Amino acid sequence: MKILLVDDSKTMRNIQKSVLSQLGYTEIEEACDGVDALSKVGAFEPELLLVDWNMPNMDGLTFVKKYRQSDKSTPIIMVTTETERARVVEAIKAGVNNYVVKPFTPDLLSQRINETLEKVAA
Amino acid sequence: MDPKFISAFVKSISNVFSTMLQLPVEVGEPRIKDGDEERFDVSGIIGMSGEVVGSVVLCFPGDAAERIVAIFTGEQMAVDSEDFPDAIGELVNMVAGGAKGMFEGREVSISCPSVIVGKDHNVSRLKDVPCVLIPCSTDCGEVVIEIAIQDRKKAEGADAQAVSASA
Repeated sequence: MKILLVDDSKTMRNIQKSVLSQLGYTEIEEACDGVDALSKVGAFEPELLLVDWNMPNMDGLTFVKKYRQSDKSTPIIMVTTETERARVVEAIKAGVNNYVVKPFTPDLLSQRINETLEKVAA
Repeated sequence: MDPKFISAFVKSISNVFSTMLQLPVEVGEPRIKDGDEERFDVSGIIGMSGEVVGSVVLCFPGDAAERIVAIFTGEQMAVDSEDFPDAIGELVNMVAGGAKGMFEGREVSISCPSVIVGKDHNVSRLKDVPCVLIPCSTDCGEVVIEIAIQDRKKAEGADAQAVSASA
């Protein structure tokens, strides 16, 4: 499965990569912001995206809105420090399938990835 | 400063360090920072805007920062290595983001983090915003949170008073 990690923090991308590799996912592409992600989705064709919210150049919410204009179905998990209910609702309205709040444990991230993929497959 | 701000940061740093680093944090007595006496080697800075404005700084002595980053990233890094600021930035991002989530009823945004690395530096700030310093102790060493934030309406009221006093 091809997974795109969109986060301006290399540290956070590495942590997520480590969790994903433990789950057996190794085909991973990285983007450092929404602009970078938009430039990569066409060629990479991800089957799952993990997207941060607060990023320079283009934030995660703007990216999700733009990405959803052309792709309505590929699952997106927002991985962010934004915990307020209004923000979560805003993200889901924009097309996010699931939500992980930082800080997270590897187990929680694994659980969210698995449940998101199971829902999409159902 | 609203005491709820302070308790939010206390809860948030404990949550971030225990969840991401499995590192317990012992929080000391918060106090008003009354001068520029506190100096550190590594500082992660986040700005807050919206209904709460100001800045938050996570400050470390160099050796404590290196130990904490080593646990966080799984790699031993010197403070001057290329990826070191990124790790510190993500820590302050999570601490500030977690705290602002506890500012009930207030719409607040946080900036992307900035990181300063340099022996014995001091982060200056606007003197009209009180700065509360929260000392934290961990097995990796000392960490200090400096919070200089206030409700935007209060800040605007102070500005208006200053204009009126000078008129």
